[in-house]
Amino acid sequence: MKHLMLSATLCMAATGAFAGKAFVSNERGNTITVVDTETWEVLDEFAGGNRPRGITLSPDGSLLYVCASDDDTVRVFDTETYEELYTLPSGPDPELFVIHPSGSPLYIANEDDNLVTVTDTADHTILAEVPVGVEPEGMAISPDSNWVVNTSETTNMAHFIDTSDYEIKHNILVDQRPRYAEYLDDGTRLFVSSEIGGTVSVIDVAEDGTPTLRQKIGFEVPGVLPEWLQPVGVKAKSDGSRIFVALGPANRVAVIDGASLEVVDYIMVGQRVWQMAFTPGEEYLVTTNGNSNDITVIDVAAEKAIKSIQVGQQPWGVAITPD
Amino acid sequence: MLKSLGPLLAAACLMVSAAGAEAQEVRAAVLRVDYPSLLPISRYDLRTEDLAFAGAALADEDNNTTGRFMGQTYETVTVATAPETAAEEMRALLEDGIRYVVLDARAGEVTALSDMAAEAGALVFNVRAPEVALRGEACRANLLHIAPSVAMQADAVAQFAIWKQWKRWLLVSGSNPEDRALAEAYRRAARKFGATIVEEREFEDTGGARRTDSGHVLVQRQLPTFLQGTEAHDVVIAADATDYFAAYLPYHLWTPRPVMGSAGLRPVTIHAAHEAWGATQFQNRFEELTRRHVQEEDYNSWLALRVLGEAVTRTSSADPQVVEEYILSDAFELAAFKGQKVTFRQWNGQLRQPILLYDDRITVSVSPQEGFLHQRSPLDTLGLDAPETDCTAFQ
Repeated sequence: MKHLMLSATLCMAATGAFAGKAFVSNERGNTITVVDTETWEVLDEFAGGNRPRGITLSPDGSLLYVCASDDDTVRVFDTETYEELYTLPSGPDPELFVIHPSGSPLYIANEDDNLVTVTDTADHTILAEVPVGVEPEGMAISPDSNWVVNTSETTNMAHFIDTSDYEIKHNILVDQRPRYAEYLDDGTRLFVSSEIGGTVSVIDVAEDGTPTLRQKIGFEVPGVLPEWLQPVGVKAKSDGSRIFVALGPANRVAVIDGASLEVVDYIMVGQRVWQMAFTPGEEYLVTTNGNSNDITVIDVAAEKAIKSIQVGQQPWGVAITPD
Repeated sequence: MLKSLGPLLAAACLMVSAAGAEAQEVRAAVLRVDYPSLLPISRYDLRTEDLAFAGAALADEDNNTTGRFMGQTYETVTVATAPETAAEEMRALLEDGIRYVVLDARAGEVTALSDMAAEAGALVFNVRAPEVALRGEACRANLLHIAPSVAMQADAVAQFAIWKQWKRWLLVSGSNPEDRALAEAYRRAARKFGATIVEEREFEDTGGARRTDSGHVLVQRQLPTFLQGTEAHDVVIAADATDYFAAYLPYHLWTPRPVMGSAGLRPVTIHAAHEAWGATQFQNRFEELTRRHVQEEDYNSWLALRVLGEAVTRTSSADPQVVEEYILSDAFELAAFKGQKVTFRQWNGQLRQPILLYDDRITVSVSPQEGFLHQRSPLDTLGLDAPETDCTAFQ
């Protein structure tokens, strides 16, 4: 632990001096690519374990957490040296996770075992295992940290887990194969993407956390078969004015107006776009493109793709260091 | 042989029900008719004792996991029977109150057993018989088809051949009625998509060589001469529904050409190496449960019961009439590890689904192929479309 705290302190001291970094998990290449978010140059690529998918950072940006799905563990790396520091117990086949704003615990979806595993990042222990629906995937935490949402791909539900007792208190049926969940920053609304249903469910959240399905948003692009419009990653701007939805094999990111909940534009990116992350300040949105082995940088204000950068084999997730 | 599948989730009803509806118990059966048959050409094709049942066991697990949140429980019994006792077994199931039957049988039994089920108001899912007639003039209002028809299979192969620009076909078919029906599906597919069958040859079923006595030695001499002197062709299309010669074709042709259809590149609903669209998770779950690789009849029975589960989840009803109405409605959709939702044709009860083209090792391609368009869904470029159907039971 001493060693850990030391390295965390060092990193915090150093963050100001370095530019931001985007960490991209390459599912098939078994590596993590590091990209400078100012120059958009690839800085490095390092081994990330077997089938790295979900990827996130500690709140201070010093630690990188990677779901090494085929290793049945979460690997933890130093974001400066890229050294693997230790692993965390994750339950089998971790796919996606979400971190508590305090830095602990991690809430991890175990795709093969119909579980959400709650792991203490300081003690390296499992705090709870929550049985959920079939093929859990999407994970989100409410801004007040009272709720963790998990989506199960074959049960087709968003499960609302109370973080105080790890009990599921609400379930909302959504369309086929829900992949991702994203709260608005004010906690009043949740978006859940359904890959095969081809929709994003808009769920209103009451003050006590009770969810109500409000509506579903569909997509339409001339010249693209409806079957290819497969929503996966979702990111909402912190003011809620725009919601970006990655559309998988349609190779586009949909831009949804937060007020009208209508699609206002589609931005062409790379092939089979999966997950996304904002740079600090939400100047840029970075997308991972699983089939073209690159990431695309979207200028958020202009709503235009400005650059694509080659990364490793089958990029899956992306996490960007905070300021 | 009657046994209960999977764990009964007795505690399931204790969970908070999302729908707030009262607890529902959904009881189903898999009725598999085992026919006396010769050994397959390849040991890989031996039928396992739990064929189709294993898929049902996985479906029960999946449905019960979802059911915990809905206050619904699923229990599926499995019955294997000889053709002579199939009706008796069906009667027993219906008398036991079962109203959902996954039927793994050949066409002759499918119609007779479906009619028995209809009298009891039960819904039948066909997971095996591929005959076009079952979806046409012999269709039944209580019979849904999970298994693709031979027309869908042939169209899936034909689209790939056209995409490859392999338009000159040598059609080699077997002499049994099922082989001839399959050959007819390929003739129809050729007309539909603009391929030319430059020549046809029928390889007569005379009993074949015994593989255990080095049958390949004889095959290696017989087949090339049988295929000598044909018109120039791009591809060999094999129509061998009874599995007695097609597997030998790929390396025993006279003119070296790719083989598709009953050997070489085959149209399947699933294979154990299929990983796309999240299928790895399905394979992992299936293999953990059964300790073996998945077969088509397993996937088909899993899918049948998932169709049932999805309809029960969405309607909060276990009434066969409500369930079938929902399954055949525009609202129904289901993810089945095929990259797009699967739905049903309202005119004949056939499940629409992409067909995998499999070379016995990997997914080579998936039909429908790019560029084959349809006003309703590209999936309707496979098989018989509404204007072509002879089925009137659903009107």
